Amino acid sequence: MVLSAADRAAVRALWKKLGSNVGIYATEALERTFASFPTTKTYFPHFDLSPGSAQVKAHGKKVADALTTAVGHLDDLPGALSALSDLHAHELRVDPVNFKFLGHCLLVTLARHYPGDFGPAMHASLDKFLSHVISALASSYG
Amino acid sequence: MVHFTAEEKAAVVSLWARVNVELVGGEVLGRLLVVYPWTQRFFDSFGNLSSESAIMGNPKVKAHGKKVLTSFGNAVKHMDDLKDTFAELSELHCDKLHVDPENFKLLGNMILIVLATHFTKEFTPQVQAAWQKLTTAVANALTRKYH
Repeated sequence: MVLSAADRAAVRALWKKLGSNVGIYATEALERTFASFPTTKTYFPHFDLSPGSAQVKAHGKKVADALTTAVGHLDDLPGALSALSDLHAHELRVDPVNFKFLGHCLLVTLARHYPGDFGPAMHASLDKFLSHVISALASSYG
Repeated sequence: MVHFTAEEKAAVVSLWARVNVELVGGEVLGRLLVVYPWTQRFFDSFGNLSSESAIMGNPKVKAHGKKVLTSFGNAVKHMDDLKDTFAELSELHCDKLHVDPENFKLLGNMILIVLATHFTKEFTPQVQAAWQKLTTAVANALTRKYH
């Protein structure tokens, strides 16, 4: 499963469209993850997870920035995300299954906000992109 | 047995009442075949699946999608008894169709995403959570008779 030129173009184009709202959508994706997959909350016992939480919003911004970095380095995701991979593997020690939950909720968020742009081809490109991000994030484990 | 709260049931039932099963079913199955191309392995007899447009326009895909989603509608009617509701289908998917249960999760997620594109604002995190719970429970019920 490789990111084709068409996949890359699609992801870059959508990211451009999201503009400065990436943080808002990443925050919403986090909220959806906590609601749909309650086990993910175990990693945030120190957070206020109620709706509108400033901590979740701040964390959403971090996730957004990481994803934007990823979009800017589609040719070398493992390299671009290696520090984050180390962090998640060795310090945060997040089970990688959770990356898929967040990835899925990000897709739901984007589908909800950009239904006209979220046709099957775009959906497929984004899914592949997120799979590569998840793979890169999991690369330091074990 | 999975327990759905009154709010979760309401979220599921009220949305389902407005789902065009034929349209959404075709879209859900089509997206599965586009986004996860290996799932095409079960549909050799469906003809042209060579491109996104071929898949989404394929009449057999649409018909089968409608069949699958109609069956899902049964889940909405029997949220308190999914095990028994899907027992026969579980045996069928194992013994005759030989479908890896992982595919039930993939299809479930496709349902969620298509619902998100159709219902947008209404598809809040809480509504998604109720539907996520239902698709997971259906996937589990469909897996129950595997051996």
